[in-house]
Amino acid sequence: MRIIAEISRWAIPLLLLLIPVLAYLRNVPVYESFVAGAEEGFKTGVRILPFLIGMLVSIGVFVDSGALDIVSHWLQPLFGFLGFDSNFAAIIPLAIMRPLSGSGALGVATQLINQYGPDSFIGRLASTLQGSTDTTFFVLTVYFGSVGIKKYRYALKLGLLADLIGLIVSVWIVSKTFY
Amino acid sequence: MVNLIWLLMLVTGIIVSALNGHIENVTVSAMKAAELGVEVAIELIGVMSLWLGLMRLAEEAGFVKGIARLFGPAIRHLFPSLKPDSPALGAIIMNLSANILGLGNAATPFGLKAMQELQKENPTPDVASPAMITFLALNTSCITLIPATIIGVRLKANSANPTEIIGTTIVATGCAMSVAIIVDYLIRHRRKK
Repeated sequence: MRIIAEISRWAIPLLLLLIPVLAYLRNVPVYESFVAGAEEGFKTGVRILPFLIGMLVSIGVFVDSGALDIVSHWLQPLFGFLGFDSNFAAIIPLAIMRPLSGSGALGVATQLINQYGPDSFIGRLASTLQGSTDTTFFVLTVYFGSVGIKKYRYALKLGLLADLIGLIVSVWIVSKTFY
Repeated sequence: MVNLIWLLMLVTGIIVSALNGHIENVTVSAMKAAELGVEVAIELIGVMSLWLGLMRLAEEAGFVKGIARLFGPAIRHLFPSLKPDSPALGAIIMNLSANILGLGNAATPFGLKAMQELQKENPTPDVASPAMITFLALNTSCITLIPATIIGVRLKANSANPTEIIGTTIVATGCAMSVAIIVDYLIRHRRKK
């Protein structure tokens, strides 16, 4: 585990060192090329801005209204129907939030971990779920938006399917590992 | 589907706020979110310029192609529509590596770069290509070896063992990613016939 943590710590400094030095040795005009590449960063940022704002406004209005609690309440019976313990229901807000918003999900996960305790079932489950999937909906809109794709075809369904599998496996593996 | 979800979140949020008697929340949330969008984009412009600058150096020195050639065989069969030395493969590999290492702010620029490269090989510019969908499925379900943020949260909440969730996280992501890859593969093959 320590090795992986060390690699994460060193990865960026090493890339910052090795790429320019090796490029220079290969006769690349390093500074000029860097600037030329960096210019694209600005363009991309501007291009994704409307998608970011569109998504964040809709997600923000939804989350701040408290609708999440109501939707979670509705979904509770479904959770029971799928054969999960009703104690698991506390995880529903996080499961809904996870594909929508990274900071929102982190907020919900932090709240769950503090409320139930980090080493409780819900605490461990929230931690696992938080680490195991990405903000599918958000990534899709921004990534597709940045290159002007309007028709996503089956991309969203596939991403959400992966999230659902992540949720189910999280519940299963946490129960299996710790209890 | 995106249009519908977008509208549904917005309408639900407004109705629930109205029913709760806090309709003014809608105004505040909407304005705040719009501002946040600009903040995120501007922050992203910073890190993105940095990484795309480095990426350009790596490209001109031939490293991106090198990486694509080195690791390409492992993921190439997931992207049968791409040329074997496609620059998109290099960016995809960089994005996935950054994700695996948990370097979120490096992952996004590489990912957007990968999308641009994939778009160049996309015959229908406003419709997602199969390669893009495969890439996004990998990207959103990608394994993070060290979920550093959540470990930090657990540490602060006085967990007896903050890192104990690494194993369960890897299993959960691993399964999600496998299913995504398999289903994607099946969809692509069925559509080809």
